[in-house]
Amino acid sequence: MSDPRTHINPKGVDLRLWRQVFSSRSLALGLVLTLIFTGAALLSLIWTPYDIETLNIANKIKTPSAAHWLGTDHFGRDILSMIMVGARTSIAVAVVAVGIGMTFGVPLGLFAAARKGSVLDELIMRANDLIFAFPALLIAIMITATFGASAVNAIIAIGVFNIPVFARLTRSGALTLWQREFVLAARVAGKNAARISFEHILPNVTNLLIVQGTIQFSLGILAEAGLSYVGLGAQPPIPSWGRMLADSQTMISFAPHMALFPGLAILLTVLGLNLMGDGLRDLFDPKLRRARS
Amino acid sequence: MVRYTLKRLVSLVISLAVASVVIFLAIEVLPGDPAAYMLGVNAQEDTLAALRDQLGLNGTAWARYSTWIGGMLQGDFGTSYTYRTPVAEMIGDRMQVSLPLALMALTLSTVIAFPAGILAASRRGSFADVLIMGITQLGVAIPNFWFAMLMVLVFAINLRWFGAGGFAGWEAGLLPGLKSLTLPAIALALPQASILARIMRSSLLDTLTEDFIRTARAKGLSRAQALRRHALRNALIPVLTIIGLQFSFLLAGAIIIENVFFLPGLGRLIFQAISSRDLIVVESVVMLLVFAVVMVNFAVEIAYALVDPRLRASR
Repeated sequence: MSDPRTHINPKGVDLRLWRQVFSSRSLALGLVLTLIFTGAALLSLIWTPYDIETLNIANKIKTPSAAHWLGTDHFGRDILSMIMVGARTSIAVAVVAVGIGMTFGVPLGLFAAARKGSVLDELIMRANDLIFAFPALLIAIMITATFGASAVNAIIAIGVFNIPVFARLTRSGALTLWQREFVLAARVAGKNAARISFEHILPNVTNLLIVQGTIQFSLGILAEAGLSYVGLGAQPPIPSWGRMLADSQTMISFAPHMALFPGLAILLTVLGLNLMGDGLRDLFDPKLRRARS
Repeated sequence: MVRYTLKRLVSLVISLAVASVVIFLAIEVLPGDPAAYMLGVNAQEDTLAALRDQLGLNGTAWARYSTWIGGMLQGDFGTSYTYRTPVAEMIGDRMQVSLPLALMALTLSTVIAFPAGILAASRRGSFADVLIMGITQLGVAIPNFWFAMLMVLVFAINLRWFGAGGFAGWEAGLLPGLKSLTLPAIALALPQASILARIMRSSLLDTLTEDFIRTARAKGLSRAQALRRHALRNALIPVLTIIGLQFSFLLAGAIIIENVFFLPGLGRLIFQAISSRDLIVVESVVMLLVFAVVMVNFAVEIAYALVDPRLRASR
């Protein structure tokens, strides 16, 4: 009975992990909020309470009611349905932008760490500094000025800004790992730097990457909302939370509900992701939890 | 220290040079013929030729780049195509709104964040700590332009304490000017203050576990006294760095917030320039903003090295 694996049930699910997840309030709340919004986005692919492409001017600017839980907008469209479809845009933009950041940033960081102090390391890190000088909004402005506004350009702008974030994080995580005995053992065994980076270093920085990925995901949602709000992101008729807020701005004095709900959707999604990021960090690094909470 | 500063200065100049090349390539070279882009598809060939001539687009890319940079170094940012006025003059006008706005937001966020972070750290686990952490968690997650809209609804439309937007102009006096920047500055400051307060708190908590704090406590200082006299100064270093790094987010935020309040700042200028395809203005304003970000980061690095001599040696 003293088998240390007794907490693993016959199906192989690690119950201890789930118990930890739900004993951390922030992680549990974050997970629930995130699941609600990803669930709404997925559901909108097959069903929304109302069709968002049909305009119903007779039904415009209605406050919340039993028929329209969050009211209707200036074209008579159901705001709940718009928010569900908008979640899709926000999540898609943020996921792809984090993907771009990781795809380019992680290998660059691994490479820089493996060749620490070389000209290439210096070059990679200086290029990263350079990108940091261009906030995502400025990249978006440059792209839009020459290629016009679109959701794709917003993805590129946010994604490019994510590259140095992941490159720096991977590099600093990898640098400490290169000093460890198991890496030394792998070197003695004759593995080259590329194999060590992918077989030994990468799996050990995954936790760091997951936590940072969650944070960049939430920043991506905020950035997408900001870009669409100023007209540099998704273009109509694609619904997006930022665009809904921009549309509501001139009507805020007599239709505040049009501004309230899309904003709340952004706030709760970002809050959920941030709580999840905090919770995951504590879960992966219990030392930090004891020191800081 | 002199050697370190010189080294950083060289890297600063290189960064700016590369940034200017990137901006020039992205805006003037990538779209093909900027004149055709600016005038649209229906432009006549002679109009295009005249514009190319006026913008100096007939030379090679290298020649155009050196004219642009050479001009900028002498304070000549070119002439706006839509407004027919010198871009430097327009930027100067708009800076009278954007700069005070950014400074007000920076001051406000520091003034809010420091006491909040210190209070939370010194009473860890108390109701005040939980409350401050809860509010800052919301502050980090709230989109600042939405918060700005809510403030307009409450303080401008319902309570009528402030105008809903626009800028009174400094000619009308200092007070009306500051009043029109108050709501925008609060909207900009809130997320920054939240991040800063959280960092202040965790930095203080980290410092409080150090040996020198234990020594101070052993000498008979209370936790609060040790925090005030010894921990605070050490905890400030990472906080100052973050203030510097946040400057770029503040700038980006200001561009959006100016649009919420219809403030005639750099942000509005850049969007007007994009919609009227005034590439010269876009190019110069983007370069100016990047310059500001790089300079602030440089200043932070130098300040950091002044405070912490270990950094000078390690680089």
